[in-house]
Amino acid sequence: MSFLELHELTKRYGDHTAVDRLTLSVQQSEFVSLLGPSGCGKTTTLQMIAGFVAPSAGAIALAGRDLLAVKPNRRGLGVVFQSYALFPHMTAAQNVAFGLEMQGVGRTERDKRVVDALALVGLSGFADRHPRRLSGGQQQRVALARALVIRPHILLLDEPLSNLDAKLREEMQIELRTIQRTVGTTTILVTHDQAEAMALSDRIVIMNHSRVEQIAAPQHAYERPATPFVARFLGKTNELAGSARAEGGETIVTIGPARWSHSRAKPGPIIAAVRPEKIAFAAPAADRFAGVVKTRIFQGNHWLYRVATSAGDIFVIRQNTGDDMPAEGEQVALVWRAEDMTVRGA
Amino acid sequence: MSGSSKKDRTRRLAPAAVPWLLSLPALALFAAVLVIPLVMTVLLSFHDWSQYGGIKPVFILKNWREIWSDPYYAEMFLRTFRIAVLVTLTTAFVGAPEAYILNRMRPPWRGLFVLVLLGPLLISVVARTLGWALLFGGRTGVVNEALLRLHVISAPIPFMFTETGIVIALAHVLMPFMVLAVWAALQRLDPQIENAAASLGAGHLTILRRVILPQIVPGMLSGGIIVFALAASAFATPAIIGGRRLKVAATLAYDEFLNTLNWPLGAAVAVLLLAVLVAIVVAANRLIERRYAEVLG
Amino acid sequence: MSRNGPLALAFHAAFVVFMLAPIIVVCIVAFTPEGYLSFPTHGLSLRWFRAIADYPEFINAFWLSIGLGALSATIALAVSVPAALAIARHRFAGREAVGTLFMSPLMIPNVVLGIAFLRFFTEIGLGGSFTGLVLAHIIFVFPYALRLTLASATGMDRAIEQAAISLGASEWTLWRRITVPLILPGLVSGWALAFIQSFDEVTMTVFVAAPGTETLPVRMFLYIQDNIDPLVTSVSASVIAITALALVALDRLYGLERLLSGHAGER
Repeated sequence: MSFLELHELTKRYGDHTAVDRLTLSVQQSEFVSLLGPSGCGKTTTLQMIAGFVAPSAGAIALAGRDLLAVKPNRRGLGVVFQSYALFPHMTAAQNVAFGLEMQGVGRTERDKRVVDALALVGLSGFADRHPRRLSGGQQQRVALARALVIRPHILLLDEPLSNLDAKLREEMQIELRTIQRTVGTTTILVTHDQAEAMALSDRIVIMNHSRVEQIAAPQHAYERPATPFVARFLGKTNELAGSARAEGGETIVTIGPARWSHSRAKPGPIIAAVRPEKIAFAAPAADRFAGVVKTRIFQGNHWLYRVATSAGDIFVIRQNTGDDMPAEGEQVALVWRAEDMTVRGA
Repeated sequence: MSGSSKKDRTRRLAPAAVPWLLSLPALALFAAVLVIPLVMTVLLSFHDWSQYGGIKPVFILKNWREIWSDPYYAEMFLRTFRIAVLVTLTTAFVGAPEAYILNRMRPPWRGLFVLVLLGPLLISVVARTLGWALLFGGRTGVVNEALLRLHVISAPIPFMFTETGIVIALAHVLMPFMVLAVWAALQRLDPQIENAAASLGAGHLTILRRVILPQIVPGMLSGGIIVFALAASAFATPAIIGGRRLKVAATLAYDEFLNTLNWPLGAAVAVLLLAVLVAIVVAANRLIERRYAEVLG
Repeated sequence: MSRNGPLALAFHAAFVVFMLAPIIVVCIVAFTPEGYLSFPTHGLSLRWFRAIADYPEFINAFWLSIGLGALSATIALAVSVPAALAIARHRFAGREAVGTLFMSPLMIPNVVLGIAFLRFFTEIGLGGSFTGLVLAHIIFVFPYALRLTLASATGMDRAIEQAAISLGASEWTLWRRITVPLILPGLVSGWALAFIQSFDEVTMTVFVAAPGTETLPVRMFLYIQDNIDPLVTSVSASVIAITALALVALDRLYGLERLLSGHAGER
């Protein structure tokens, strides 16, 4: 049996459904992300697990025991809030110690564990600072230490990095993952940032309008999106219109003058989705899908191209190998493999 | 596995009742000590009164008819609102520029002068008005002395026991409210807006007129409403400066209640004042909201 | 921000003179050695301050005002805290109406309040009593206390309470260790503002007070109606001095603009 079980978890506010029959099993020490746009229900789910919101229907079990029967202050979960929610009238050390006080841990052990927790997040010299004298990143780390020091069954993170600037966010992502691997706490992260979810998680739960679209490991969801929403939400994807027909025992997909043999397509009008990094440039030819380079943006380790074609603007990402790349205004052909293309009926 | 435990839910209070329970002490207090007395006062205005019979709890329109028909009351209410309008205009024209100037000051001057402006609000209106009584009259009448010395006037202007005196003193007492309201509006302005206008070629006066002023007008209006309401219902200042002859609504009510003892008539005057003020304030607020909804945001 | 030009500064100077003149005059006249009002004075004397001792009605009125202010501020604050929590944290039908009701004393002219209380208390036998006075002042200062308590309650990030709960705090611990310490500054300022408003109020009180339960402003007002002499100026000057001290203290602690207008000024 898994460590945390969410079974048909539902939350309704009047006519509006915020979370619709969410079912999820989380293993011990797993890092799961709830990913989706604002309003998809991910934060509400987290709040139901934490106990701040009561579900309309469904069940939550932690290590086999009904969690909904337990009051929120007894659930033993560590929560890191988007606003950090540090106690402004207490120092960093006092903030971290609070949960241990509530648990009745003795003074000596408490102090030791606070010191260890602050060291774990790299804030050893900041014990006596009040939150208002800490930077955003430092506050976030205190919040993390405060949640981890109580040795929670589960660590719940509600968009903890969204208030940090881009560089700091990247650093904190790496640190967060390292800490989680070190301590081994089962973790659920709520985020709208798909790059963050893919970077940190063992599995992602992609949500949209209160429903679960896909639950899978990041790479699997990226390569094999279950729905168009997932394909569009994770990374970039191009969608092209074309047609498919049966021909001599196999299905041929046609987009412009180019043809692919695709096993999973059904005859009729289709929409093909292909990721920008799976497209390569080639010399223009009669049987190749062609276009003109509209803009290209240098992004350090790769180039981002926007190519105008008969099927609309196509995004192409090419690794920066130092070689010459097509310039703006150039005629190019775009090629890709059949297996890099997901096809569905239009 | 079933849903959340019902056992847990019934032990807690129904969430809908909690705010009502929390508000209960205050609600009970207000119902008993505010609502009931106000209702009683309205009823009182319909009672009869005679010098020997005292108050008779009947329901007649005698007092209201008297107020309506006797020109004395019309004159008195006219005076009350005239003073209120003049006070409002004075505070608007003096207070708005001052708020603008204050806003452009740098700390620590700014903090200091805000203290100077708001401090008097914490001093009793009696003490402040006493100061004006001293400035206006008798051997301490420095205002007249100064004006005479500067040759602005040739004979002393009577301030005490005149409407002018009341207007000046009330403008002083109520000035902080106007300045605060305009100040609040100024605080909401992005300081870069002035720079943006300048970069587009606007001179300082133009900026004031076309950019700043339109945005603080809502602040002036809400400040004006507060000042008007307070001026129209003012008591201590008109009593001290205006004396016994120059009556406004509040001092007339006082007279009826504590001197003549015609409570029903006094109640009628007070209720009428309240009704008119509520009507004016509500109408003015609606007007501001409608016209300035986009600006106020 | 650009600096103010000489014209603006001149206007400002005149404004400051206008705002301070009455108060300064009162203070200066209070120090007159003469037996009558005179300004400016030649020499300073404390005779009129000493004379206050001969007028026990002023001293009694002073202590009555202090007691009245303290009592009504405390009760108003105590009742305003649960009300503020209700309004700040719960969305319930009638929330706006309740809020308006609690703020209504600000909108009702003090003279109307005075008349209403006078009528009501006389009918129920509390006419001219200290109890009646306290009740009237509680209602009068309540909006001031509530406004500041409300600002504190809404200013607090709800997530902080959730964080404390997730760390294991019981309801009582939450209240004692988290909520109260965080709203305390607002409570103290609310008390202070309520006290000052009660202490200074005259229009409503003049209806409700009777000889024996007169507050200081009422006593001063009645005295002025008969005659204006240096005695009342020395009483006023004393009150001004005490208020000035309280004012500076309050501004240091909380900020006067926030106290009086509900808006945070620059800090």
